[in-house]
Amino acid sequence: MNTTAIIAAIAVLGGLGIVFGALISVTDKVFAVQVDERVAKVRENVAGANCGACGYPGCDAFSEAVVKGEAPVTGCTPGGAKSAEALAGIMGVVSESMEPSVARIRCQGGCGISVDRYEYTGIKSCAHAASLAGGPKVCPSACYGLGDCQKVCQFDAISFENGLCVIDPEKCTACGMCVAQCPNSLIKLLPKAASVTVRCRNTQPPKVAMPVCTYSCIACKRCEKACEYDAIHVNNFLAEIDPAKCTRCEACVAVCPKKCITVSA
Amino acid sequence: MRLSEIGIFLFFINAAFSNNFIFSRFLGCCPFLGVSNKIETATGMGVAVVFVMTLASLICYLVYEYLLVPLGLSYLNTIAFILVIASLVQMIEMFIKKSLPSLYTALGIYLPLITTNCAVLGVTLLNQRSGYGLLESTLNGMFGAIGFLMAIVLMAGVRERLESSDIPKAFRGFPISLIIAGFMSVAFMGFTGLVK
Repeated sequence: MNTTAIIAAIAVLGGLGIVFGALISVTDKVFAVQVDERVAKVRENVAGANCGACGYPGCDAFSEAVVKGEAPVTGCTPGGAKSAEALAGIMGVVSESMEPSVARIRCQGGCGISVDRYEYTGIKSCAHAASLAGGPKVCPSACYGLGDCQKVCQFDAISFENGLCVIDPEKCTACGMCVAQCPNSLIKLLPKAASVTVRCRNTQPPKVAMPVCTYSCIACKRCEKACEYDAIHVNNFLAEIDPAKCTRCEACVAVCPKKCITVSA
Repeated sequence: MRLSEIGIFLFFINAAFSNNFIFSRFLGCCPFLGVSNKIETATGMGVAVVFVMTLASLICYLVYEYLLVPLGLSYLNTIAFILVIASLVQMIEMFIKKSLPSLYTALGIYLPLITTNCAVLGVTLLNQRSGYGLLESTLNGMFGAIGFLMAIVLMAGVRERLESSDIPKAFRGFPISLIIAGFMSVAFMGFTGLVK
């Protein structure tokens, strides 16, 4: 065995490695870049889903904007109050209280509840179904249950039960990605505390709205009369609750003949 | 193809066109497809590759000729060249990060990936196999890299136009890029045999 050859090989490669290593460390010192260490800290405390809900291209860009003072510390919706607090701590500002929001589905018309217009057998996309002869349901504002909202949810918060979208308020981070996907605009970001919601978006006149769905709002105005706090109003044949005035007394829930007002988790 | 026989102009034609790294040798296709979305970033990548390939050719020649050959270790050429290239890329990355931050973010992951750009290792090994001297090696590296720069910028120009053209859905994105790359390679076959 030629030991000298082995030792020479080790020495040459090792020597080259040491020389280049030294050169790299010198270059590192010469071309050192000053990076604001707060950027890295902010980056650690945002949700990190790169969802774009803040309006910046990704979490990295948002973190830089926060450090520059361009973006508010409350900008990361998926991170919620926890992230806002952490960011406020890093940036040394007082975070204005951030009310947690959650996405709510405003429809209860699953299979056999909302009347079908025709049997849809096309590709699994609500947008596609909505463009075919006014949608597969008679109600123009029904959930088709084909999962466009589920596809964009990065937090696994949306599931389907009996052809109806169900949003898990525990998993939902209110990033708002699903809101834009629903062809009938059934999903809305609402304060988490506003548990009483009108789960219908049908604005057709009562005679038309009555037969299309078990749970359609028929604008009977009983809820309006029952509400002591002036929080619920019927406009355009549809009841709507003002979450700021609602006290969650549930008087409207009790009187609704079509059970379209519900208390969510 | 010795420099002394064919002169510098034909040497350039040979390295950049006839034996273009991407279209004739099919080396360095990863950055060619990965960073050719915009002309600006493609140019940045190309220039970085020119820099790395020229320096790598020069340093690898010195390392091979004055370190490995005298010690009878020429069989270590591949690993030694990889070491040289990796260190060079590291230093260039630091340089670009300091002086051209926008280019640094635009190139992203592809900048450290020059390390594994087979065109760079390819040119150093080809230089050594062709028995090129110091000047020939360096020029071959630089000219070959200029060919790479030209190829990636041409590709970026085509792909920028593809963005606004009506392409069948199945071909959008990478499929059409690969087809275009194939066409360009066929076109570059016209340069074969130009230098004899």
